[in-house]
Amino acid sequence: MAVNVAALRFQVETALAGRVPAPFAHRSIQVETAPFNIAEIDQLTGGLPHGGLTEISGPFSSGRATLLLSALASRTAHAHVCALVDGRDTFDPYSAEAAGVKLERLLWVRCRNIDQCLQATDLLLQGGGFGLIALDLSLLSPKMVRYVPLNVWFRFRRAVENTSTILLLLDQESSAGSCASLVLRLGLESCRWATPQTQRTLFSTNSCACLFGGSQLHAELAHSRVKSATWDHKAQSFTRMNATNHVANFRTRTMWRDFRETVIETK
Amino acid sequence: MSPNTTQRFRSPLAALFMAFASIYVPDFSIQAVVRAEPALRQQAVALVDGCPPLEKVVAVNQAAARAGLDLGMTKSQAMQFRSIATRSRSCKQEQAAHAALLDVGWSVSPRVEDTAADSIVVDLTGLASLFGSNEEIANLLAQRASDLGLIVHVTVSSNLEVALHAARGFPGITVIPPGDESQRLAALPVQVFSPPLDIIETLERWGVRTCEALAKLPVLDLSERLGQQGVRLHQWSRGASLRSMILAEPKLCFEEEITLEYAVEELEPLAFLLGRLLDQLCARLSARSLSACAIHLRFDLDASCDHEFLPPQTPTRRLDKKSYEKLLTLPVPTRDSKMLLKLLRLHLQSDPPSAPRVMQEGLFLPSVPDPEKLELTIVRLANLVGNSQVGSPRLIDSHRPDAFQVCRIFPRCDAPQIHQKDGRQKSIGVLGKRGPVTAFRVFRPSPRAKVTLREGCPVHISFSGMHGEVTAASGPWRTSGEWWREDAWHREEWDVEIHRPSVSSANTIENAPSAGPQKGVYRIYYDVVGQAWFVAGMYD
Repeated sequence: MAVNVAALRFQVETALAGRVPAPFAHRSIQVETAPFNIAEIDQLTGGLPHGGLTEISGPFSSGRATLLLSALASRTAHAHVCALVDGRDTFDPYSAEAAGVKLERLLWVRCRNIDQCLQATDLLLQGGGFGLIALDLSLLSPKMVRYVPLNVWFRFRRAVENTSTILLLLDQESSAGSCASLVLRLGLESCRWATPQTQRTLFSTNSCACLFGGSQLHAELAHSRVKSATWDHKAQSFTRMNATNHVANFRTRTMWRDFRETVIETK
Repeated sequence: MSPNTTQRFRSPLAALFMAFASIYVPDFSIQAVVRAEPALRQQAVALVDGCPPLEKVVAVNQAAARAGLDLGMTKSQAMQFRSIATRSRSCKQEQAAHAALLDVGWSVSPRVEDTAADSIVVDLTGLASLFGSNEEIANLLAQRASDLGLIVHVTVSSNLEVALHAARGFPGITVIPPGDESQRLAALPVQVFSPPLDIIETLERWGVRTCEALAKLPVLDLSERLGQQGVRLHQWSRGASLRSMILAEPKLCFEEEITLEYAVEELEPLAFLLGRLLDQLCARLSARSLSACAIHLRFDLDASCDHEFLPPQTPTRRLDKKSYEKLLTLPVPTRDSKMLLKLLRLHLQSDPPSAPRVMQEGLFLPSVPDPEKLELTIVRLANLVGNSQVGSPRLIDSHRPDAFQVCRIFPRCDAPQIHQKDGRQKSIGVLGKRGPVTAFRVFRPSPRAKVTLREGCPVHISFSGMHGEVTAASGPWRTSGEWWREDAWHREEWDVEIHRPSVSSANTIENAPSAGPQKGVYRIYYDVVGQAWFVAGMYD
């Protein structure tokens, strides 16, 4: 079989000689990327591709909003203007500021239904000039999001192609399909509390020891059509990756964790 | 019109002679200013020019001269005359007045000579069938000039030079019959020829003050003493100089400009000034039987003024050259000044003048959305989702939960905070150690929850069609404030980790992806005032 494959390959290469330089060479699209500012995710994905649609899906408390805020913080720190189309008006400005988002560089569109979300995204893409446009459909029903025609995602992808804009889609189940340049699935592994539950004597103790400290999350690279500069020196190509290389774990911290650590150190 | 100087052509053959009408604007600089400010028409006016504080009077009208004001006086001296209005000389207004003067000529004939700033010559040959006799044409010219804000002298003659010089000497309308040129010029002073100052002094020493005296001098002797200039003056005084017209090219661009000594900060006075300029423009267009298809608006912005009639924090950048330009293309060509003014007002209200905007200030700075496009996008978004639903979030200095306001966004081209080629590596190095901040999602409005407590701690919760066991909790964290207001808050907050065995389909906020067991971290609170449990949001 192997000999047959090699012979077939040689035959094809001979037939295409002079017209196609390397018909079997894997060619990934070299695009510029922007970081998430999360080391594990950046190493896994290579960053957010410019001029492409990135989809982040996952259930509740899986860190989708955390990744969104990190991406917004990264882009606004580089003086880009970003837009957030909020499908259920759940964006928390306090969390965003704690995550480092420059709020004065963020255009927040608070929608009530999916139609408004899609129309608002269309308008923002037409306006142009944004560093990142995030469409947050996380709290909308997956069934409702699935009903969005595929040509909408194609249109969005075409609108951002050849621009420096990053289009970020957040939902519960992947729905953009092949239109997305990068698909990332997130999940919640465990929650970190300041004191393990088993060591607590009094459940309702009102002290720093009882604080919610963050989450342990895992991310899976479901699909990627881009090959970033970062990725290039880490591995040869996506096709050669092991299954374990598609997954990364990372931790999040609550905004008061630093304060608590400071208090403990002071004491 | 002065009846004593007017003489009609009675013979039909007279119309066959070539005829030229010269239009002269006396006190041209003054009239250019008065034309832009008609209230000065009945007043004594003096124009000053020069670099402050060395400004001197360069032009006065008759009323100011009668009041005792002389040319060359300083501005401070002129301002001591309370009855005299002092204005700065404006080259732009003089250009506009000269363009209006040319329009008067082109309104009757395409053959017009642009002789000087204050004089033009119009060829009247062949116009009798259209406008009547030369006298009637002269009257028409004077009337049209008056409509454009200019008081002129009009002289008609078969000799171009005679018409030109006689217009400077005779007020009103004058028609000089062929053959009477030297006779009519005889009484005029030699200054109508505008000779050089040294020649005037020479002629004055000789006792030659009028054209008649000049015409009687022997031309050879005059040539020996004054050169070719003297010979030319001699020909002019006899009305014997002949030359052909130098035709001016008609322009289809109409400009009017006004320079103010004070800044206009509100739309109403600006609209008043624009209305005056539009009236003048439309009068010129009417004289040429034309209509405007576009308006080019230009404002020079005052550097010391903040343009308060603009919205505060308008997304503009001030440049060294502060000007505002806008081209308004009209759907239908028109010369209706009221309609044009209304269009301009609407435009200025929607897009107030501001300094030129820039998209990218530095070569290495990222571009931001075009402010005009962004404004348009925001308006469309506001139309879609509501005015209060679009903008940039701003935190409020308050302990009230979820206290924020939504403001207009004004993107600026600031330098990025990370200055290095590979910003990714640095950002990972700095932020990766601490990990990202857990984001919180706020449920607006907070759904009511049913919470089961055991020993004061929540152990089971159900809300919005979802229910689950509380596997970990932290609280209660009490918060209250603004007790003096009706909307005071008093809460006991808990952070709870919920294990959801299953999810019902009839939920509103919660839309679980699968029916399998799920975990989630929520913030719930007990409203002490309302005696009820609510879900504030979710950590995501």
